[in-house]
Amino acid sequence: MTRAPISANHWIAGQLLSSAELHRIAEDVFRSSDADEAEVHIDIVCDALTRFANNCIHQNVAERTLSVSVRTVYDGRTARATTNRADPGSLRQALAASASLARSRPRNPSLLAMPGPQKHARVRRFFGSSAEVTPAARARVVRDVCRLAARRGHTAAGIFATGAEQMALVNSRGFFAAYHQTRAEFSVTMLGEDSAGWAKASAPDVSAFDPLALSGRAAEKAERSRCPRELPPGRYTVILEPAAVLDLVGFLYYDFAATAIRDGRSCFNRRMGKQVMGSNITIWDDVAHPLQSGAPFDGEGIPRQKVLLVDRGVPRNLVYSRAAAKEAGRRPTGHGFALPNEYGEAPVNLVFAGGRSSLEEMVASTDRGLLVTRLWYIREVDPYEKVLTGMTRDGTFLIESGRIAAGLRNFRFNQSVLEMLSNVEMLGPAVRAAGEESFDMVVPPMKVRDFHFTEVTKF
Amino acid sequence: MWDLSSLALETARVRGATYADSRVMDVRQRELSTKNGQVGAIVESSSCGIGIRVLAGGAWGFAATDRLTREGVQQCAAQAVAVARASALVKSGGVRLAPEQAYVDSWQSPFVKDPFELPVEGQLHLLLAADAEMRRVKGVTLAETGMHFRKLDVWFASSIGSRIHQCKVTSGCGIVATSFRGNEIQKRSYPSSFGGQHALQGYELIESLDLLRHAPRVAEEAVALHSAPQCPERTGTIVLEGSQLGLQIHESIGHPIELDRVLGQEANFAGMSFLTLDKLGKLRYGSEVVSVVADARLAHGPGLGTFAYDDEGVPAQCTEIIQGGLFHGYLSSRETAAAIGLPRSSGAMRAESWNRLPIVRMTNVSIVPGSWSPQDLVADTDDGIWMETNRSWSIDDRRYHFQFSTEIGWEIKGGKKTRMLKNPSYSGITTEFWNSCDAVCSRDFWTLWGTPNCGKGQPMQTMGTGHGAAPARFRNVKIGSAFSES
Repeated sequence: MTRAPISANHWIAGQLLSSAELHRIAEDVFRSSDADEAEVHIDIVCDALTRFANNCIHQNVAERTLSVSVRTVYDGRTARATTNRADPGSLRQALAASASLARSRPRNPSLLAMPGPQKHARVRRFFGSSAEVTPAARARVVRDVCRLAARRGHTAAGIFATGAEQMALVNSRGFFAAYHQTRAEFSVTMLGEDSAGWAKASAPDVSAFDPLALSGRAAEKAERSRCPRELPPGRYTVILEPAAVLDLVGFLYYDFAATAIRDGRSCFNRRMGKQVMGSNITIWDDVAHPLQSGAPFDGEGIPRQKVLLVDRGVPRNLVYSRAAAKEAGRRPTGHGFALPNEYGEAPVNLVFAGGRSSLEEMVASTDRGLLVTRLWYIREVDPYEKVLTGMTRDGTFLIESGRIAAGLRNFRFNQSVLEMLSNVEMLGPAVRAAGEESFDMVVPPMKVRDFHFTEVTKF
Repeated sequence: MWDLSSLALETARVRGATYADSRVMDVRQRELSTKNGQVGAIVESSSCGIGIRVLAGGAWGFAATDRLTREGVQQCAAQAVAVARASALVKSGGVRLAPEQAYVDSWQSPFVKDPFELPVEGQLHLLLAADAEMRRVKGVTLAETGMHFRKLDVWFASSIGSRIHQCKVTSGCGIVATSFRGNEIQKRSYPSSFGGQHALQGYELIESLDLLRHAPRVAEEAVALHSAPQCPERTGTIVLEGSQLGLQIHESIGHPIELDRVLGQEANFAGMSFLTLDKLGKLRYGSEVVSVVADARLAHGPGLGTFAYDDEGVPAQCTEIIQGGLFHGYLSSRETAAAIGLPRSSGAMRAESWNRLPIVRMTNVSIVPGSWSPQDLVADTDDGIWMETNRSWSIDDRRYHFQFSTEIGWEIKGGKKTRMLKNPSYSGITTEFWNSCDAVCSRDFWTLWGTPNCGKGQPMQTMGTGHGAAPARFRNVKIGSAFSES
């Protein structure tokens, strides 16, 4: 049997397509198309993830996936079909499926013509440091993390992932845009006998974070939360680390969509222009922010604009797809989803203005309160008041007289995000935060008064 | 496909794998939706690839590719072995697998009407008609409908000699009416929320659900909720309708019995479980009326957790999870079963697609029907709240403390369903809650609900699970804390 060559160092780079190859795929589709208009989305994902638990690697995976998605338009009727193969026969099948679906649907008189060529900002987020990480290199990092855990009497669990994605959007009106970036993510939970600590980071550049330093922080949290005390539920001053802030405010993202407002399901209905958060809260959407990631164009190909969403506590602007913009008499902001869809648009590169307080200063300024590392299983209870429920997890602490006094059993909260953002007393510098419930954003740690914890669990 | 499977296994063997399995999967999906009279999504997709899992150097490796050429498969198998050798740098002991036979078999899930062979026009027409029916009701601000179909061909091969081909067809649909008035957004869904009902069936499922008949009702209820009184905050009796009980089973029984969670393998993300090994056969999980099975066999019904073999070639089984209230069994894989000394895997390894590693997942985790009718249950309840259709769900990372809210509630007074209540919610501790169950309705009122959106694993995998449930009553439950002001 012939041994297939495999070069781990260049695995990712070898999986992405050149500009000529991307054009070739699109041209293959356009050549066979009899549609009024046609559009081709090409996405490639090359990801590898090393997963560890109980101080050893138990899962270790790598994947390469391609998808070619074809949208056709026939007399105001549009539909999409996707294949994961780029050979001419598969592309013709996808084209035919898209055409058949499009012809099956009623005409949409407000469907807009596809956009012509656009100018996009250039962002560079492809790092060789991330693309060249091998399975062995990830394993060596995990080995060091597990040794650290064992030395300190903990059990470590987590992931170390690296990869790259490439996307291209081409249409029959001469539009072409392509983007590729790398990504890296490290997450670790340190489990003690009756406590746990957690830390996580993500970035396009793997060298932007230090897995061992994160592991040390998680271990320290596990150690400081030993023998957790139980506090009664109630309203407490709470210091939320960035991951906890992210997973709460992340639930707001779709509320900034013009389509959500029109459909009556945004919490900003009848609240635009009103003071609904504290004057220390300002939020943008900004794909070009140095801590953000993602393509500088949206699913329709429109350049993503920087949009001021909330100005000193007052929601000022929404984001618009092309259709929503036309309906509202505005310009599209470059936040549309790929058509056809029913959701319109959303900002996916949220950036909160930060403050100058460090976490240590927040703790020192707190007579009695809680420090929360991470939240879990957050769900929306009341969509208009934006009440969310969820649990604290992996590092919840009691603060007394400006110091961390003890670890705590985990709480359930039922808290309005709008109310929370009206009660922010201190803000730290905004950082790229990674959680579990929301896509990564740039958010600060916050000290919040009267955070509503309603019940306590058993650990 | 068998040629590629064999090539994958042989390449892995030559590279030094001591065990290997491969899954070639061909997935076809169709998604249709409408919103306020307009077509939303109208999308089809097909995806075909191979996932290769190997044991080398006593550790696992997995690689997946969509390049279904000889060279592509060879590279993928070689990569899986290289990944496994990297895993071996940080292993504890070796991987042991519970014994399993080799099977050569082919299985097709039964269906009457292939949804992919039916015209899209007819499917859209039904959705648009239901959409229009909901919008006919004054006060409805948003009408949404959706249908989803999936056809899955899987060719599984393993180095112990299994060659199993399975073909499955699933269908699902649902409608939602939303009403925004004042400072409230209220909604009602049918037949269930978050996508409706899903099952291992063809288009006959959609036809059986009679969307048009239910559209006006859900629309009227969504609007009426604005005028209904708030569900009170208190401790008392609740009756959960079947779909809500299905989700309660999913979250507070289905997840904690996953043996990989129990063994700490999900500690960083999905979490662990309060069901530590010392509790097996000893814990009083629920009251005597609570018996639960995990049953992947077709005999249990056409659920999203129904199959002939799991994704590591273990035949579908029925595992008793809770017997008369006593905790009796876990969901396991060949590796996790061996780790705790079980003679055999329960057959619960499932992968979302060809590019995902099989992990321990729920199959159909269902409560065994009782003897009550809903009418008798209400008549037997002096003071309680009937809660229907999930609106939100949350549970801690060891599956102890949960809080659910439902779209609608009905007060039960003196054995009768009386006024509508808005914003119902309840919360509790898993074992206390199941021990407070004193009545489960009978087979006549039992439905195998489909949950299409269960997330677990890193990278994330979304899996469909089944949950047979009938209305059931619980005593001394904490009610209303989601909207508590205290």
